[in-house]
Amino acid sequence: MANPSTGSGRRVLVCIKRVPDLGGEISLTADGMSVDDSNLGHTVSPHEEAAVELAIQTAKDTGGEATVLTLGSSDAVEQLRNALALGCTGAVLVEADASAYGPADVAAAIADVVREHERAGTTYDLVLLGNDASDTGDFQVGIRLSYLLDRPVVAGVSTLGVSGDRVTARGQSPDGGTEIYEVPLPAVLTVMEGGVEPRYPSIPGRMKAKKIKIEEIAPSGEPAGSGRVRLTLPPAQPSQVTVLGEGPEAAGAVVDLLEKLGVTR
Amino acid sequence: MASVPTSARVVVIGAGIVGNSLVYHLARLGWRDIVQIDKGPLPNPGGSTGHASNFIFPVDHSREITDLTLDSVRQYQEMGVFTQSGGFEVARTEERMEELRRRMSSAKAWGIESELVTPEQVVEKVPFLDADRIVGAFWTPTVGVVDSLRAGTIMRERALELGVLTVVPTVEVTGLDTEDGPTGPTVKRVRTTGGDIEAETVVIACGVWSPKIGDMAGISIPLTPAVHQMISVGPCPQLAEREGEISFPIVRDMDTFCYERQHGADMEVGSYAHRAILHEPEEIPSIEQAKLSPTEMPFTSEDFDPQLEQAFELMPELLGAEGAEIRYAINGLLSLTCDGSPILGESEVKNLWTASAVWVKEGPGVGRAVAEWMTHGESEIDVSASDIARFYPHQMRREHTRLRTTESFIKTYGIVHPSEQYESDRDQRLAPMHDSEVKLGARFFEAVGWERPQWYESNADLLDVYGEAVMPREHEWDSRWWSPIVNAEHLRMRESAGVIDLTAFAIFDVTGPGALDAVQRTCVAQCDVAVGRVIYTPVLDHKGGFRSDLTVMRLGEEHFRVVTGGAHGMADKKWFADQLPGDGSARLSDVTDEISTIGLWGPRARDILGSLTSEDVSHEGFGFLTCREIALRTGGGREVSVLASRISYVGELGWELYVPMGQAAAVWDALLEAGAPHGARPVGIGVYATTGRIEKGYRAFGYELDGERTIMEAGMARPKVKKADFVGKEAYLQQRDGAQSSSGPKTVLCTLSVDDHTSASGVKRYMLGGEPILTRDGATLTDGHGHHPYVTTAGSAPSLGKHLLMAYLPPEEARVGNELAVSYMEELYPVTVAAADATPLFDPSNDRIKG
Repeated sequence: MANPSTGSGRRVLVCIKRVPDLGGEISLTADGMSVDDSNLGHTVSPHEEAAVELAIQTAKDTGGEATVLTLGSSDAVEQLRNALALGCTGAVLVEADASAYGPADVAAAIADVVREHERAGTTYDLVLLGNDASDTGDFQVGIRLSYLLDRPVVAGVSTLGVSGDRVTARGQSPDGGTEIYEVPLPAVLTVMEGGVEPRYPSIPGRMKAKKIKIEEIAPSGEPAGSGRVRLTLPPAQPSQVTVLGEGPEAAGAVVDLLEKLGVTR
Repeated sequence: MASVPTSARVVVIGAGIVGNSLVYHLARLGWRDIVQIDKGPLPNPGGSTGHASNFIFPVDHSREITDLTLDSVRQYQEMGVFTQSGGFEVARTEERMEELRRRMSSAKAWGIESELVTPEQVVEKVPFLDADRIVGAFWTPTVGVVDSLRAGTIMRERALELGVLTVVPTVEVTGLDTEDGPTGPTVKRVRTTGGDIEAETVVIACGVWSPKIGDMAGISIPLTPAVHQMISVGPCPQLAEREGEISFPIVRDMDTFCYERQHGADMEVGSYAHRAILHEPEEIPSIEQAKLSPTEMPFTSEDFDPQLEQAFELMPELLGAEGAEIRYAINGLLSLTCDGSPILGESEVKNLWTASAVWVKEGPGVGRAVAEWMTHGESEIDVSASDIARFYPHQMRREHTRLRTTESFIKTYGIVHPSEQYESDRDQRLAPMHDSEVKLGARFFEAVGWERPQWYESNADLLDVYGEAVMPREHEWDSRWWSPIVNAEHLRMRESAGVIDLTAFAIFDVTGPGALDAVQRTCVAQCDVAVGRVIYTPVLDHKGGFRSDLTVMRLGEEHFRVVTGGAHGMADKKWFADQLPGDGSARLSDVTDEISTIGLWGPRARDILGSLTSEDVSHEGFGFLTCREIALRTGGGREVSVLASRISYVGELGWELYVPMGQAAAVWDALLEAGAPHGARPVGIGVYATTGRIEKGYRAFGYELDGERTIMEAGMARPKVKKADFVGKEAYLQQRDGAQSSSGPKTVLCTLSVDDHTSASGVKRYMLGGEPILTRDGATLTDGHGHHPYVTTAGSAPSLGKHLLMAYLPPEEARVGNELAVSYMEELYPVTVAAADATPLFDPSNDRIKG
């Protein structure tokens, strides 16, 4: 919970998007405008899972609060509740048809909420987003949001630390090295998966999440749209199978591979 | 792309627990050239077996399911994949405790060690359970978990070692070809993505996909894929500190329809409490589309949230432990059917079999039973309640399955009264006299879609007439789905007459030059009788167990009419059809939907019938066990020709009248009108199926008679055995020889009367069936099969003023006057053997029926 008396508690807004939870084979809707999700569950992208984890950790470390926001249909409440179950303590649903919203529209809608909340007395020290959505992959919302809010932005963040009025954001540079940026708060960060291990919900967490009231907001103004013409599927990749060996002799190669993949500890 | 052999003796489609068990048992029984295919990879092709919770609670109220489960446990143990954990079924309410007491009856009847325990005893073994939440529990030490995937692999490998099996994973079935023959279609070929297989026999063991595969051959496999939600929470420190997969007993939280089952450091919480979430087989995602496996559907958390809280209530310290997270959550698909039983056996398409809607706990048992059935024509364990042939057309509709499973899903852990009626999809089959019955205040029970009056509220005035003789029941459970009016109707029938709607009978004609041979071959009794004779006969399987018991009328030299109970009618029809000669010289035609049957019985039956016909219905003019067409006068002076058969299942003078559907309402009205001056009443099935029958000691298929019982054990042997050959004759002759030797039958069907109904609380209790018979001081009895006696039928005998029970007893206990006890809700009630054979307790010399 927030600890206003110390003044150090940081308020974090983390933005997520409900997307289909994909298996191996992806199919598109008949109009080619979106992924066919009729047999699929829904989730948020791995980047956003990491962003939620960072938001919760930051809130916890500073004695602050993490609020989760999404723009989407009422179905996206499922994703908000999941984030609440993990440790967010507030949730905002900007109820809209996400498919009609382009990146600029989404950024504007989030900016509206941030300003609105600020007027009501809640200033978000950090706004976290995923680096890009896993369905549309536009890579734009974070940057546009920072511009609209006139705040600094760091993209591709893996981990972060708040100290005083500054945030230190670390991420991997394209050449494989580590980039570290220190920017003043309030700031916008877009998060890449890999820096933190997102937690799963606990049962008490889910029970608490059920009781939290979700703030529902109708967006102002008409969206301009994404300008997307349609999606196409790339040609199927032939599956690559490597036989590591047979029988007990294969064990060593399997262990090596598991270590390389980083799934052993 | 994998490719398949071009031909096979048998193709088993599916490599889940059922398909794997089946190929093993077929191989063991000598089958060769077996091909097993699955669209998924091995060892987990993505069906329901792959995500099963894999635990087994052996006690079920159904004997068939219990026996299949016990057999499966033995097989899992033999394979070394069974880990005994023990299991509690915990009660949060007193009502549930009463159900657990009833569960004790089933445990004792099926010979499974169980006991009722206190909350403290539960906590001794499950220290993280909150004892304050429960009032008691049912403990079964032999509960355990299995590795069903490993078991499948072992069974496949055993068949492979015998050199008789080819397994081809990752090929999908694209078609099932059939060919029309003189006796209907026969399966010919399995088309797959890896090529076509010419097959003599095909088995569909495809779990939730079975309906889709069945459709390819034009057969209905009426099951629905349904969601069972499950989450896994961990790591829980209380579990992590123990070695192995499971070290704490499994807990079934019966009142919240949830279970908690340890899996290593995690606790799996499964639920049957959510709304029924049904899918269509065609809509299950492909392996490529699925995020996990096709049958591990996306979890819908809002459906599970209430169960989460209930589970947390029961185990707060464990499920709320620091670091314990919901790491896995699925909407797992499993198979449900309209009546809760599996779907096994040969379909309408010859040589096309199914073994579907089977859960892990019954899998290997079903594999063995179906393999035996395919090999010998019957299985050791009677699986007639699971026979695919049982379904009537209305039950093969997907809508029926959808509605019934929606209603029954929530009863998975429910307290279900043995007579409980479904509410959904009723009124499927209405008798011609239905409107009249509604006006008479009929309380309808369903029989295979037919709405049958169980009793008539309009007969409530008889309660005053007969007073205490109607044997009222004071306990709500004993009188649920029951009325003392049944007994009042019974007394009136015995005093005057009753008119009974028997439209639910299944009726089929066997005709043609080969008809006599076909009927002779199917029935035990002599069927080469004069035209106009009525025959009551057992029908046996090859090993001499009961397939059915029914009546046959010889209507012409080449015309036999078979009349049998609706519940088993479709299976009987298939059995008769299977015995028809291949040369087409005999034909079977189903006339069930053309003929309504009305029973008229009682001392005044002759007067009533005589007032409606000018035919001679005297004893001399219309003898017992004869039938003929007679003309009946109905309203407005219209004459209706009906087939009258002098026979009785209630032990009274009277007739079954077979009436064309269109005229049955008029005949019904005429009988009631003509009967009224004699005091006759419409009488419900409560009398026909229970009270009238039990007073006469008549046996019923599915209760006293099944594939595991013999004519000798049921006390139904006639002095002679006919010369003509019939199915099961050799076995039957051996049974007769055995019975005459010193060893005698291994078990004997008896009728017992309850001597005192008073419970400890002073309330009089009335058994409903299924209860164990014990010695007077509560010791277990065991018959020559190693089975323990249980009540096959319980019912009032109002004419005797007794509550009667039927049960198979060890031969040494089968003595008239022998004093035993029945256990009901965990109290003992004294009973005495009243008949140790088929001798009726009411009118033992059958004077009334022959009068």
